[in-house]
Amino acid sequence: MPKRVGIIGVGSTKFGELWDYSFRDLITEAGTKAITDAGIDGKDIEALYIGSMSPGLFAEQEHISALVADYAGLSGIPATRVEAACASGGLALREAYIAIKSGLFDIVVAGGVEKMTDVSTESAMINLMGAGDQEWEAFKGVTFPALYALMTRRHMFEYGTTIEQISMVSVKNHHNATLNPNAQFQFEVSIEDVMNSPIVADPLRLLHCSPITDGASAVILASEEKAKKLSDEVVWISASALATDTIALHDRKSLSRINSSVIAARNAYEQAKIKPKDIDFAEVHDCFSIAEIMAIEALGFCEFGNGGKITEDGETALDGSIPINPSGGLKAKGHPVGATGIAQAVEAVLQLTGRAGRRQVDDAEIGLIHNVGGSGATSVVHILER
Amino acid sequence: MKGIGIIGYGVYIPRYRIRVDEIARVWGANAESISNSLMVYEKSVPALDEDTATISVECARNAIQHSKINPSDIGAIYVGSESHPYVVKPTSTIVAAAIGATSELTAADYEFACKAGTAAIQTCMGLVALGMIRYGLAIGADTAQGKPGDALEYTASAGGGAYIIGREKLIAEIIDTYSFTTDTPDFWRREGQEFPSHGARFTGQPAYFRHVISAASGIMERNDLKPEDFDYVVFHQPNGKFPLRVARILGFKREQVMKGLVTPYIGNTYSGSTLIGLANILDDAVSGNLILAVSYGSGAGSDAFIIKVKKENERRRNKKTVKKFMEDKEYIDYSVYAKLKGKIKGVKLQK
Repeated sequence: MPKRVGIIGVGSTKFGELWDYSFRDLITEAGTKAITDAGIDGKDIEALYIGSMSPGLFAEQEHISALVADYAGLSGIPATRVEAACASGGLALREAYIAIKSGLFDIVVAGGVEKMTDVSTESAMINLMGAGDQEWEAFKGVTFPALYALMTRRHMFEYGTTIEQISMVSVKNHHNATLNPNAQFQFEVSIEDVMNSPIVADPLRLLHCSPITDGASAVILASEEKAKKLSDEVVWISASALATDTIALHDRKSLSRINSSVIAARNAYEQAKIKPKDIDFAEVHDCFSIAEIMAIEALGFCEFGNGGKITEDGETALDGSIPINPSGGLKAKGHPVGATGIAQAVEAVLQLTGRAGRRQVDDAEIGLIHNVGGSGATSVVHILER
Repeated sequence: MKGIGIIGYGVYIPRYRIRVDEIARVWGANAESISNSLMVYEKSVPALDEDTATISVECARNAIQHSKINPSDIGAIYVGSESHPYVVKPTSTIVAAAIGATSELTAADYEFACKAGTAAIQTCMGLVALGMIRYGLAIGADTAQGKPGDALEYTASAGGGAYIIGREKLIAEIIDTYSFTTDTPDFWRREGQEFPSHGARFTGQPAYFRHVISAASGIMERNDLKPEDFDYVVFHQPNGKFPLRVARILGFKREQVMKGLVTPYIGNTYSGSTLIGLANILDDAVSGNLILAVSYGSGAGSDAFIIKVKKENERRRNKKTVKKFMEDKEYIDYSVYAKLKGKIKGVKLQK
């Protein structure tokens, strides 16, 4: 069994409403960039894992594993699509990691893609609700903003978290996105802008919600032996953890914490033999701004209930003690659901190799990425090290 | 094309108005934020007995009155609309009969979303240039549809403009026309569907902005003209914001746009939009004024025109000004609006 698995190349499309890009354009561009970045040949790649939540509903295209291999010029190799709603990307990364760790392959590509803007907003909302429990949530009229609004209310009730603190997550992430040339929203928002934006699901407003986005990302993984030969800038995956919870929110013991994230984080820290305080920065799943607060609590960056407070204190800012979402996060970088988990890995690699430009976190040596599916039924946590 | 232009024009705007805040009230929306984001305050609403045919006839009559031509000398009538009362059977023949144009003429209905009226002007210019007709009548008119509760409902209104094209006694010469057309599905309505569908933000940058900017830049480049050479500019105006933004991108000043910007007070009259805006400019324009007019039709395309105002426009002012139509108004509430627009379920308003 190979000792370690490393990432030797990354690539992403721009994120946004990309009218001129089809589903296959997106993933082909991201994959090509990753291969170029790794400095390898397509023929070096032995297997492919692709995460996408709902290409069937968003682009009327299934069987994307073979399609992606085809358009990448990789036909012949084993290609596998994985799906865990918005955590599909994180899952693809983990499957690629396992494939190398098992000793079966030496070089594997993991990609994530979603083409979301070819359908109306209404259809997108319905498609995304597939990440929840159709029978017990969707059929009753619940949407994702509504589920996260319930969690927000509970968090506010239990811990006294304020809507201002939650709004500060959006303000920070929009600021970080102004430093990210691939981000969907490269503009600042003020706390007043957030608090005055239209109500989506009380108390969540428009600027507490991540957008509908087109985008794709890809990373090239290699076994330790190969990675060292091919690259002198390898980022090592020191932990890969996946955990699940009940599909429906109402079946959870707590509405104010994401238990799958707690479990995945615990397992990840054990694998990497580190503690939360050792993490230099994290890319977390802020599909709604409350989700970032629940994420940093679950990941152990603060006590439960203290996420709003440390956000307010600036601890999660780029120059804070634990920078969260230097990329702009899902809120401002954009959230092409299936691509998000891989995009987080791309950002972590850029940070750890000192290539993050104006949003570079100083002395970044260990980064954590955290990808959630649905309202928390799936959590994937990876720890990456220089 | 030299020496071809506008002999006369006429507009018509129904007198009923509904305020944007009244529509917002019904849907529980934030009126102020809608008004500000669209820069539309009220819109015209057609009465029960008004449709694209009656609006076309009204503006055609006003154009005849203004031009003082004999309707029997009209050789072609084209009515552009996306709300023709009949799917099969022309509106243009109704107009011809109503204004007393003789049977010796060609007529047809046009459809190209909001730019069918300017396409009609181009056709008339061609026929005049070839000497096939003496006068052509080009009309753009609509009773626009918007699904209740949809963003379109705040702007979709009714109105029209008619232009008589020829060579004699021009009030303004059309120096050049230029079009930019692509297949861009930003807004559509299929046969049998009551309301149109749209691609939300896709109707902006890749649709309206790309086509309007391309047509405007294309015609200015071809004629070696710059934004500052024009006294006025009028763009298709689905709301108040889009034409102002497009003007800014192209380098026009706000003062050049405001005279032709009527949508904030009458809503988006679709095929009538550019034509009514242009008429508002012509109502006051003086000899030598240079005007750039650029329409936009979803689907998508833009027709651009460079128009030079002649002395005749000052000698023969149009008495039925756009301003008069804008000021002659009566406010209705949403319930009356729902009745007039046939939105009350179970009440059959049309045969």
